[in-house]
Parts: sequence; C-alpha cells; structure tokens
Amino acid sequence: MRIQKHPILDFKHGEKITFTFQGKELEGYSDEPISAALIASGIKLLSYSRKLKRPRGFFCAIGKCSSCLMTVNGIPNVRTCVTRLEEGMVVERQ
Amino acid sequence: MKVYDIVIVGGGPAGLAAALTAASCTASVLLVDDGLQLGGQLIKQTHKFFGSSRQFAGIRGIEIARNFIHEIKKSSNIEVLTQATVTGYYEDGVLTILEGFNGNRLIKVKPKRMIVATGASENMLPFTNNDLPGVYGAGAVQTLMNVYGVAPGKEVLMVGAGNIGLIVAYQLMQANIQVKAIVEAMPSIGGYWVHASKIRRLGVPIYTSCTLKEVRGDEKVEGVTICNIDKDFNFIPQTEKELNVDTVCLAVGLSPLAELLWQADCQMAYISELCGYVPQRDENMKTSNDMIYIAGDVAGIEEASSAMVEGQVAALNAAASLNLYHKEYSQIKQKLKRQLAQLRNNSMCEAITRGVQKATIKKGGDYVYSR
Repeated sequence: MRIQKHPILDFKHGEKITFTFQGKELEGYSDEPISAALIASGIKLLSYSRKLKRPRGFFCAIGKCSSCLMTVNGIPNVRTCVTRLEEGMVVERQ
Repeated sequence: MKVYDIVIVGGGPAGLAAALTAASCTASVLLVDDGLQLGGQLIKQTHKFFGSSRQFAGIRGIEIARNFIHEIKKSSNIEVLTQATVTGYYEDGVLTILEGFNGNRLIKVKPKRMIVATGASENMLPFTNNDLPGVYGAGAVQTLMNVYGVAPGKEVLMVGAGNIGLIVAYQLMQANIQVKAIVEAMPSIGGYWVHASKIRRLGVPIYTSCTLKEVRGDEKVEGVTICNIDKDFNFIPQTEKELNVDTVCLAVGLSPLAELLWQADCQMAYISELCGYVPQRDENMKTSNDMIYIAGDVAGIEEASSAMVEGQVAALNAAASLNLYHKEYSQIKQKLKRQLAQLRNNSMCEAITRGVQKATIKKGGDYVYSR
C-alpha cells in the first residue's frame, strides 16, 4: 500500500517500471528496493526457510538480517531490501 | 590497487560529516555505503532536531542529509560508492569491497587511514512467531514509510517506548497508519516526554511493565497477545490482552555493527551504557589500530547529532596523522570537544557520558603541526 497523503513529506518517485513476482506482473518505481515494491503491492511473504518452511518477510531493511533474501533473475540469496528494482526483473520466492 | 588517504565505511551522519571534514583537510576520500543512497538514519528522520543551531536544531534530518550530499557531490576529492559492502580489512592494509548486483564484483583498495562509521542494527526480541512476515524493526518501518512512501501495514503494535519507539509511532500516525498500542517492558517510558505526550494526545495507549508474548497469523501477522510482566520480567498470569494488528514494530534497542573492527583485531570492550561491544578509542576517535578511527553509533549508541560531531573529530585527526592539517586544527578540535560535551550535558545522557569515559583508553595526542 502506497502512502498517498503526508503532512510533511512529498514523495518524489523515480519512473514507474514493471517486474514479475512469481510470474505475475507488478509495478514499482525505479529508485526503490525490490522489497519496498513488493510490500507496496501487498506482498509480505518473501520466501520460506529451508528446513522448517517457515514464512519469511522483511525485517531490518539494511541488508544485515537475511530475512528478505529472494531469487532475482535466477540469482539466489539476493538481499531485496538493499537491491534496486529494475525494469523486467524476475523476482521469486526461494 | 587504488590508494586513498582516508576510506570512510558508512555514509550515515557520521560518515557524511567525516567525508566533508577530510576533504577540507585536502585528503583524498572514498566514501562507501551499502545502501541504495547516502544518508543512513538521516534520510528517514522527519522530526526536527534538538540542540543549538550548530547542531542543526529545528532542521529535519532529511534536510541535513540533502545538504551534506550536495556538498559531497561538489567536492573534487570525495569519491562515493553506494550499494557497496566493505567485507574486510587485512594485515597487508587491503580493504575489500563487494559492489555491483548482489555484490558480484570485488574491489580492493589501500586506505592510508580508515574511519569506520557503520552505525548500528536493531535488536531482536524473543516471542512466539517472531519470524512471521509483518514483524519489522522500527528503523525498517521508518525507511519504508519516510523514504519510499510505502505503508508497512494498517494497524501496528509498537514494542518499546524509548525515543525510537515513540518517534516511529508518531510518524506512523502521520502516515495515517493506526498504532493500536505501545508496550514497554520497563515500568516507565524510556524516551523524551515531549515525544510521549504527542503520542498520548493522539489517543495511543502506552502500557508499561508490559511486553509482547505471542504473535498469531496464517503466514503473516494477524493478531498479538500482550501481557503484563513483574519486576523480574516474568509474565503475570491472567493479564494477557489480545489485539488485532497486521504489523509488529520492534524498537527494543540497537547494537553497534562492529564486525569490521573485530576482524581488524581492534581492542573491544563490552560497555552496557554504549549498548554492546564497542572499540576502545582515544579522544581523537582512534582505535587501538593506528590506521582505524571510528565515529557514530558504532562507537556507542547515541544520536545523529553526536555522530556528526564524532565524524568531524575522526576525520580531522585521521587527516592530521597523515600530516594533512586543517588550517585551524587546534581551534576546531577544541570546538568539537565542547560541542560533544554540550550535547551530552543533560540527565538523559549521563549513562552515555559514563560509557564514553569507560571506552576512552588514553588521552589522544595533539598531532604536532609541523611546517
């Protein structure tokens, strides 16, 4: 969900771009991290843990906790909170 | 391999201030940050700073960052690398950096001096289902809201009534996101009353001696159980309360991100007043390793205002140690010392002052200005 009105901040976004998540096309902005675009689209579950398959999501936002790792363009373990979203990116849960 | 006079690791308030000071001493500077953009905690801070005009009182963090970044872009001796992670500092004086998509490119540089200004990270809290999507650090929520304009959820439970918990709760309300309650494990609110009263006036309850016991939900946060605790932090039976929220925000303290200092074999000390393991340092912010200086939260959890001053102290002295003196080295050094003392001269900073004293090992020398 995007914040529409704010008493102090005026959100200046980069250009609108499209990417896919689990094969579905979504929209985001060119200057935000992948996980911000996902959360804005209502997606909180980013992947499952290896052994116990526990659902995982965003947590620290500074690339330190490993909770937001996803497979991007076929490359696993991408820190989606500190990786910029790009046009045509293929984002998948791992 | 490229040689720099000073490499600064971390582009938050301490690193930004350090970069400009180092450049003003004519040092060649590389500023490295692992985020999408420079600014660290400043770019998410919408509240106005306290203190004097020297400490940017009345100005919002985002403005301060903007000004710093503008000055850095203008400077001809500061190189900036973002989305780049410093991974180690080795005995042969080499610093390794991973940059590019997912860090797929390795860069090696040789810094004559380093300033580690890596800041801190959010602490985790143990409770049932603390790994569910929707449980976020307070800093993370601040980033989503204030930097990217994304709402983390619709109804939030804030855990922690220190300054960060109170401020982020207020900022959530500003973004039209409902804060159902704030729980604080201690018997009293830890943050400044000015923040607490703003939140109370908006009708948000703050429950003290209360903590989060359990989070429930099907693959995401759907509800929580909070519970009162006694003075030994045990749950008091039959005081559970259930709240429907879709987001849990943890503001239960920060810990310094000191891995690089450990790896470089700096002398470290556990100082609870500074919130964890910090490098020991002298008054010039130099660690036990003569090549490495520190500044900001990595030196001890404090605030952006003191981080900016410490950044200047570290850079001024790191440059001086290379014989790159600022024209007014002595005056500036004294001025910065006074500023830090002023920032810490209040009842809420007594612990920090004690902590800094414990962490300071010997009096820093005044580098002799030689011509």
